[in-house]
Amino acid sequence: MLYFFEQFLNGIQLGMLLFLLAAGLTLIFGIMDLVNLAHGSLYMLGAYFAASFVEWTDSFLLGAILALAATALVGMVLEVVAMRRLYGRNHLDHVLGTFGLLLFFNELVRLIWGPAGMTLSLPPEMLNAIEVVPGLFYPLYRLVIIAVTLAVAVLIYFLIMRTRLGMLIRAGASNREMVGALGVNIKLLYTLVFGLGAALAGFAGLMQAPILTVQIGMGENILIAAFVVVTIGGIGSIRGAFVASLLVGLADTVGRAFVPDLLRAFLSESASSSLGRALSSMTIYLVMALVLIVRPEGLFPAASK
Amino acid sequence: MSPIPAVQKAGLPGVLTPRVAINVALIVILALVPVYTALAGETFALTLFTRIIILAIAALSLNLIMGFGGMVSFGHAAYLGIGGYAVGILAKEGIASGFVQWPVAIAAAALYALVVGALSLRTRGVYFIMITLAFAQMIYYVAIGLDRYGGDDGLTIYHRSQFGAVVDLTNRTVFYYVCLGLLLVSIYLVWRIVNSRFGMVIQGARSNERRMRAIGFPTFRYRLVCFVIAGAMCGLAGALLANHTDFISPAMMHWTRSGDLIVMVVLGGMQAMFGPLIGALTFLVLEEGLSRVTVYSNLILGPFLLVVAISMHGGIDSLIAGSRRG
Repeated sequence: MLYFFEQFLNGIQLGMLLFLLAAGLTLIFGIMDLVNLAHGSLYMLGAYFAASFVEWTDSFLLGAILALAATALVGMVLEVVAMRRLYGRNHLDHVLGTFGLLLFFNELVRLIWGPAGMTLSLPPEMLNAIEVVPGLFYPLYRLVIIAVTLAVAVLIYFLIMRTRLGMLIRAGASNREMVGALGVNIKLLYTLVFGLGAALAGFAGLMQAPILTVQIGMGENILIAAFVVVTIGGIGSIRGAFVASLLVGLADTVGRAFVPDLLRAFLSESASSSLGRALSSMTIYLVMALVLIVRPEGLFPAASK
Repeated sequence: MSPIPAVQKAGLPGVLTPRVAINVALIVILALVPVYTALAGETFALTLFTRIIILAIAALSLNLIMGFGGMVSFGHAAYLGIGGYAVGILAKEGIASGFVQWPVAIAAAALYALVVGALSLRTRGVYFIMITLAFAQMIYYVAIGLDRYGGDDGLTIYHRSQFGAVVDLTNRTVFYYVCLGLLLVSIYLVWRIVNSRFGMVIQGARSNERRMRAIGFPTFRYRLVCFVIAGAMCGLAGALLANHTDFISPAMMHWTRSGDLIVMVVLGGMQAMFGPLIGALTFLVLEEGLSRVTVYSNLILGPFLLVVAISMHGGIDSLIAGSRRG
């Protein structure tokens, strides 16, 4: 039972992290209709910036804030220089162009930070584990991730649903010409949305950095997981992204934790270990394929697109 | 500008246009590569061009569904992997005959395409892109789980497919010409398919599926058959690739390999018969050439792809064909 609860917390934590990536991705997807394969690169950049800035400022918080600002800035520059020219083109041009950007960013990171990975160490007080329920000690930092990302999720929801800027973003998603005709600077709006998406991706990267190694290509596999989330949730839907993040996070963790044991009941030791490894990595794709077979436009299809 | 591009006869017209001249020159150059390597006494170019030709077959099959059929598959590397693993697994189990290996590779890829197509073709647009990607990821992880066949590390193939006295694939030059021959046959096949009644339906469904259905074509079935043909063709490319590298690993199915194939098709020019070959040639030669100039080759290759995506409609083929194409 305790093991199950621990895995449940791990699933929530992974889900919240995926939400940070998926929220930006689904906004860019839904509003600019842009397939952005370079979104994972922003996640990677966030982690590298954090590792460097934390070392430089000697403060985790200050370094994280600087890294966030830097990633948002890179995102906005990227939008103005490249992405802007890809709006309104077909998805294949997006794949070609942003695939090029992905190659470029991987190489750029190798040039600046070198081929070896980096580590980002936590402040000592974060290394403790606390007893969440009697008998279960859970790392404090992972709890912090859950809390902070939940707060960010609420903040994004508030921003999109309750502020004037959010209203403009939603209006721009439904009909960009009309919003432009009403005198809104739609170009600036898009740049800001892209910057916001970049900051969220960078934030996910820097939060994850102390747990994983900061390395080249770290954004590639998680990017695909984020795409899975966006697709399951329904493209353009923040609410869908939130639900799907938790679903995918839990499915992945539960798959990894329990599928091999489950198979052991039916199969030999060696067969179940290799099959289990394959099946547990496949869980989220199975979930996505099932969802799309039943609902070809995801769980929360964006209305009137 | 022709009013209905979908029913335009694609490729290989009778008159000598610049495009035909360049395509013929391309075939002649490819046919002469082994002569050059024999004279220059080096094998590197032969290895590179064998790879180009094999990946051109894979890109050609992708062009059939993506360029002509409008089905953007982001999991096409899975077929390369399935074809490759069919050869590798059979070789490991002691069945070295190519007469068994290659048909199995093609059939396995076709079967996979049938299942994936039947499930995915219900979705449209980005959802189709994502579901094909999801299925490819599943196959990727299956390959990682195959401990007996190397798991994550891959599997070395000690004997190339054996065709008895017919051909000897261990001879690099012979293998090169086998690949080139299969490429030309594949191009001819795709040309025949595209310009047949079947191909017209596929292209019609790309332009306006509702209209095609309204005049009585069961477009789902047509698309599915097209998807399976492409899968089978790419499975053959996978069998060739395994023979070329004497090695298979899950890495040949990583999603970035599927991205490479899309890049080749778009770069060369969609809906052009020789587009995938030109795309594969450009992409791989550029990759190879740049990596000799600088270790940071993707700093140049990446922005190049971005510039192509932004500024070039119709890929390199549209430059060759000039204003003749709409």
